[in-house]
Amino acid sequence: MNAIVFISLLMLSFGVFAIPKRFKYYYALLIMLISVAITSWWALQIFRGSGSFSEIGVSLPFLHSKFLLVIDRLSAFFILIINLTVTIGFLYAYGYLKPYFSEKNSLRFSIHYFSYLWLYFSMLLVSTTRDGFSFLVVWEIMALSSFLLVIFDAEERSIMKTGINYLIQMHIGMAFILTALLIVEKSTGTMSFDALPEYFSSHSNILVFCLFFIGFGIKAGFVPIHTWLPQAHPAAPSHVSGVMSGVMIKMGIYGIVRVLFSVQQDLLVIGVIILIISVISGLFGVMMAIIQHDLKRLLAYHSIENIGIIGIGIGLGVIGMANHNTALIILGFGGGLLHVLNHSLFKALLFYNAGSVYHATHTRNIEKMGGLMKKMPVTAMFFLIGSLAICGLPPFNGFISEYLIYVGMFKSLAGAGLYQSILLLFSIAALALIGGLAVFCFTKAFGIVFLGSARSGEMEHAHEVEKSMLLPQWVIIFFIAAIGLASSVFVIPVMSIVSESVGVIAPSGFTTLHSVSQISIIGGIFVVLVTVLLTWRHFHMKNKTVVAGPTWGCGYTAPSPKLQYTATSYADNYLQLANPLLRSKVTSDTIEGEEYFPGVKRFETHSKDVVKTAMTDAPVNKFLELLKKIAVMQTGQIQHYILYAFVFMLLIFVLTYFNLI
Amino acid sequence: MILMAAFFFPGIILRTKSLASGRKGPGVLQPVKDIMVLLRKGSVFSETSGIIFRIAPAITLASIVCAMLVIPFGDDKALISFDGDFLFFAYLLALGKFFAIIAALDTGSSFEGMGANREALYSMLVEPAFFILLGTFAMFTGYTSFSDIFTHFYITGNHYVLIYSLIGIYLFIQIAMIENSRLPVDDPKTHLELTMVHEVMILDNSGFDKALIHIGTYLKFAVYGALMCVVLVPAEWNLVLQIALFFAIQFIFAVVIGLIESFRARNKMTKNPKFILTLSAIALIAFVVVLILTGKLIN
Repeated sequence: MNAIVFISLLMLSFGVFAIPKRFKYYYALLIMLISVAITSWWALQIFRGSGSFSEIGVSLPFLHSKFLLVIDRLSAFFILIINLTVTIGFLYAYGYLKPYFSEKNSLRFSIHYFSYLWLYFSMLLVSTTRDGFSFLVVWEIMALSSFLLVIFDAEERSIMKTGINYLIQMHIGMAFILTALLIVEKSTGTMSFDALPEYFSSHSNILVFCLFFIGFGIKAGFVPIHTWLPQAHPAAPSHVSGVMSGVMIKMGIYGIVRVLFSVQQDLLVIGVIILIISVISGLFGVMMAIIQHDLKRLLAYHSIENIGIIGIGIGLGVIGMANHNTALIILGFGGGLLHVLNHSLFKALLFYNAGSVYHATHTRNIEKMGGLMKKMPVTAMFFLIGSLAICGLPPFNGFISEYLIYVGMFKSLAGAGLYQSILLLFSIAALALIGGLAVFCFTKAFGIVFLGSARSGEMEHAHEVEKSMLLPQWVIIFFIAAIGLASSVFVIPVMSIVSESVGVIAPSGFTTLHSVSQISIIGGIFVVLVTVLLTWRHFHMKNKTVVAGPTWGCGYTAPSPKLQYTATSYADNYLQLANPLLRSKVTSDTIEGEEYFPGVKRFETHSKDVVKTAMTDAPVNKFLELLKKIAVMQTGQIQHYILYAFVFMLLIFVLTYFNLI
Repeated sequence: MILMAAFFFPGIILRTKSLASGRKGPGVLQPVKDIMVLLRKGSVFSETSGIIFRIAPAITLASIVCAMLVIPFGDDKALISFDGDFLFFAYLLALGKFFAIIAALDTGSSFEGMGANREALYSMLVEPAFFILLGTFAMFTGYTSFSDIFTHFYITGNHYVLIYSLIGIYLFIQIAMIENSRLPVDDPKTHLELTMVHEVMILDNSGFDKALIHIGTYLKFAVYGALMCVVLVPAEWNLVLQIALFFAIQFIFAVVIGLIESFRARNKMTKNPKFILTLSAIALIAFVVVLILTGKLIN
């Protein structure tokens, strides 16, 4: 019954094109809400029921005949995350899209809503489809619909270019997944994720896994195959960036985890590969984030960092599987998956508020901002909570997942051999460094954007965004606080996913759940303590003289907002340390010794993505050069082209004669 | 007990410094008296600053007090103890620091921006050292909470453990110095804003808030002192002896800081990152020591 409703919803989504422009939004929202209700109900049933599998046969006319939606706990978990983020993103979009309403025509809006709906449907289907062919179809729909969403502002040429770049990279990833699935089909006869265990038990695991890992990793954004990510996220409208960063890139994680649960041999090698790549992703992502000036690009690099953290958890889980270390399996995978949920919450929140800032100021350049907290207090508070959560600071949700991963590492240190101890210790140090760098980055982002005083005139007209953009975000805040303070409620289901999928049961003496509840207690104490101190302060201040005065300027009496620390100066001492790796370029006019009254001087810093230069730009340029050389053949004379055709035919004859083809 | 130790701690540092420089110096309780004076005073707020500037000191202090709860003493467990409580400890202190930093940025002063940025960089760099050290603790004892680690620290009876605990102590002293912005990374007594780290961040704080910040700093010292104490003193010893040793160690710690501050100059600002990264290197030495002790490297 529900399945039929679900399919009719898929069909009804085409109706967006037929509805009058003013009602399109509500129509799309209605379809989405019904679908959210149905799929959430499916997912919740899985978590409540003792049965681990629920198969819902659906025959979609345009797909393979054996199309099946299989929902296990892993899928159910992802369905819930998708539902939450996508709904809130769409509610937020109502206010965000308003300024565009008059400038874009009806068709553009239809395409936008339609793509949004189908991005949502395709993500649902990706996480529930097992058949290989159908999977590739929905994976493709996901890439196409998100491409259409990214190029919403396609009047700007750079955005179109970014969109195309994104589309190409997604298809490279798809080629890898296709290859991997074909290899599996060739030896088992079925092209399906269910055939993976059979394949892996009889063949070498590493090659096929690596193909999958690269294919899904491009979507997820692991370094060095992340290069689409920092470009596409700033280009897309903010509700889309929130959804893409919050859940779409997690589909890559879903794919990797789904494959991992089938892998049988070579687990140790695979685990170590994932761990090392993840550590690099985490460090590189946050290191690049610090030197960005574009608020949304900064957040995009943080997505890479968080994918790294998730990957560290997953890598640990795989190492645990190799060593039959049950605690490590549960803590590693559990921490990684919980971080998927956490990241979808705070990263979406941060993107929405970055969008609100853009909405109010029409710039994404951090250097121009400042003092926005006074103009947009609620947005600032949301952004602050998001920042604290993403830095993994207690008592918010990010801490809990990072904590699980840390504890997994610390616990297995004692029993590990020499090489594993070294690996674990360096991962711990790296994770600690990532945490420190994240604090550095978000003190900068929050401090420069929202605090101090305005650095440019554009801030004067800034105002708080409308309520419809703020209200949905309270839901995210609720979950961030709930996971931080009532962690057990969320940790237990996540662990049950791992137990079910890997087939392990928590060993006796597994104290983590107890610890998690202790964290809730001490987190509660902290909140109470803060409240008490602030109340005391409030009453204390009442009967004291409180004076307002200018900021202390060391005796300098003509301070101006231009004297404030900027994002660049804040990152300067860090950049001096990290520049050998990041190669940021600084160009400036020097002041000569004789110049007592220097004129206007220029100072510029340019950061570039070293990996992007090496991985995409350089090969593409080389290829273009090669093509230019071949273009000599393109003479424009018809006689030459007939000659080419003739040579080609001759070649075919000769080769066939010698039995070469 | 940490509270009591914190009571005298800054005074002892101050006294040591005065004595070392040949002055008589103020009484041991002078800093506490200063705080009382501050608490009685009114406040001046910068026009630029907003709500963050006003709530940050309270949050920072609360984070330090809360972090105190997981520090064990002797055979008794800490008030709250769980696996990986040191993670909570470190991250909660980081939360306090986060607020201190953004409060400094809230004033819109370039000096405070400078301090904020230095503080952020240094605390970021010191993080790996702390975690590597704790990683070695966990590996050595097989436990992952402060209480369990330190009750099992001397249980093996291997005397070489002392080498290890000395490295640990050295690291704790240095980390405490950096976290509290003392010499050689930062000089609390410097008079030039350009060369300050922590002091410049709180330039605009006054009255009640300033008192909270000072209390927080003193408590932090005592917390690190307590950590050193549990590393050094085996948990099986007599309780009275332990309490005596606790205060003795806190006293020695304060005197050591006073002496260091009297006879050392502050590092050049650009040298600080190198100096802090050295700590990670030393922590790695501790790691090697543990590898040997646990028989992983050489059997």
